[in-house]
Amino acid sequence: MRPAIRILSAVLAMALAALSVAPALAQDPPRIDITIGVIDPMPFAAPVFVDEGGAGDMARNLSRVVISDLVGTGLFGEIPEDAHISRVSSFDGGVAFEDWRAVNARVLITGAVSVAGDRITVKFRAYDVVNGTAIEGAALQFAGTTAGWRRMAHKVADVVYSKITGEGGYFDSRVVFVSESGPKNARAKRLAVMDYDGANVQYLTDSAAIVLAPRFSPAGDRILYTSYESGFPRITLMDVGSLERRALDEQPGTMTFAPRFSPDGSTVVFSLERGGNSDIYALNIRSGALSQLTNAPSIETAPSFSPDGSQIVFESDRSGQPQIYVMPASGGEGRRVSGGEGRYGTPVWSPRGDLIAFTKQNAGRFHIGVMRTDGSEERLLTASFLDEGPTWSPNGRVIMFTRETSGAGGQATLWSVDISGRNLKQIPTEGPASDPAWSPLLP
Amino acid sequence: MTLTSKALLFMAALTLAACQNPDRYGSGAGGPGDGTGAGGYIDTTGLGDPNDPRSIAYFNQTVGDRVLFAVDQSTLSPEARTVLQGQANWLAQNPAYAIIIEGHADEQGTRDYNLALGARRAAAVQSFLVSQGVGSDRMRTISYGKERPIEVCSTEACYSKNRRAVTVLSVGAGA
Repeated sequence: MRPAIRILSAVLAMALAALSVAPALAQDPPRIDITIGVIDPMPFAAPVFVDEGGAGDMARNLSRVVISDLVGTGLFGEIPEDAHISRVSSFDGGVAFEDWRAVNARVLITGAVSVAGDRITVKFRAYDVVNGTAIEGAALQFAGTTAGWRRMAHKVADVVYSKITGEGGYFDSRVVFVSESGPKNARAKRLAVMDYDGANVQYLTDSAAIVLAPRFSPAGDRILYTSYESGFPRITLMDVGSLERRALDEQPGTMTFAPRFSPDGSTVVFSLERGGNSDIYALNIRSGALSQLTNAPSIETAPSFSPDGSQIVFESDRSGQPQIYVMPASGGEGRRVSGGEGRYGTPVWSPRGDLIAFTKQNAGRFHIGVMRTDGSEERLLTASFLDEGPTWSPNGRVIMFTRETSGAGGQATLWSVDISGRNLKQIPTEGPASDPAWSPLLP
Repeated sequence: MTLTSKALLFMAALTLAACQNPDRYGSGAGGPGDGTGAGGYIDTTGLGDPNDPRSIAYFNQTVGDRVLFAVDQSTLSPEARTVLQGQANWLAQNPAYAIIIEGHADEQGTRDYNLALGARRAAAVQSFLVSQGVGSDRMRTISYGKERPIEVCSTEACYSKNRRAVTVLSVGAGA
């Protein structure tokens, strides 16, 4: 088996070419400010992409993924096909804007697909229906292989999303996670990756040993995780292409866990436990040089770099219960940033640098929350019996996490929520799943 | 010791000697035969006759293979110290056994924190046993965090049993 990321990057040598669109100055372009949370989704229509030869079902399938991506954000509302007045039978045939205004579409997405052998070409345009103009920059052509058709749909949706929200996209991305099976007292766990929306699942390990908390490298080509393969918990590095893996630090009598990459991918920060005491260390992957970043009798764990690589946010119970601290990347005491009631853990720095996501435990409930990097403006986004382990979408606007139900039949599932606290939803997976980690946007 | 139990113990020793991996939970579908008898998926064959005071079964059931902890704590209660004193005495008389001390946590807490907490609990037991004369070269610790609860309900009745450190024996100290 060859994992998807390599295959996709190989087959999807995309030719990105801006199609010519008539220059137009939109008076009132469609715009969504996602930071304030959207109550009324922006209505859009995306008629089935035109088959320009050999596309068959691919045209409809591709359209449906574009629609699913946009609707899934909670920011866009689809005007269903049976409400459409116009049909789009020719990609370059002009748009009957009055027909789309009549069904209250704010945005129209048209596209065309052609397939020759295993080659597929996709082109699309997005229109401002109210002003009757093409949306500047929202017109592209991609070419690749049919195996990568879903990625092309995600690329289309990413461009539309990006043009209308002003944010980076996140649909063309993957998530590494732990697939779970078996009863609660003998849970079997294996690493898997999937598209951000749950499609294209591939397994990276078998379930012979417990695996925990995988993390993508900044380039998405490697995965760090904690494995019991040796019998003891060890941070392990896997190459996503070859599936080759090796334990990174194997000092006898120690346990290593909670690894994360530095933003340049050269260094791993993690917890190393010796004699019952866990501290944070940094390991240069290439040279093997190990440096100790914290030195305290308390638990120091869950380190996460700031996106500029200058600071590390981590969890410590030095105050008597777990709280969140920030220290220089070179190590040190750190300053506490979490200040509310309860216990704080698993801090993760946003890829935009503006926020820290965390798990909070208070009064018998677990929450996923965000705070500014100085600890101010804490907002709790979720609440349940057990929510934990946030991971950021590549654009820093959506958080995925693990939700586990209580009791003997308790099971873990993956959920996502906007940083506005809206659009809480479960990610479809084949079975129970935990510990998601989002990849960067794919190239 | 009966011939049968000796044979069983010998077979268990072979199994364990062949397996350097202390993760007796393995795939979650059955592990090597050194289990404690307290878990749903741990094989309890090969532990010897529980009436034989030199058997693993006797250690597990009569001496007591585990101690429990309060929420978030790794300090040993007086009851725990009594159990561990018994373990130390037994281990002194049965020097052939190697020891893995497993630290566990209940599900109230994040994965990372519970791994660290389980390690603290295992280390607390190890330190106590060392203080009672058990050779540190016979012992290793491992934390399972909240990955291997023994009880599966989500109330304190179960949590109190899951916050534990278990002393797991295998034959072949110094091997």
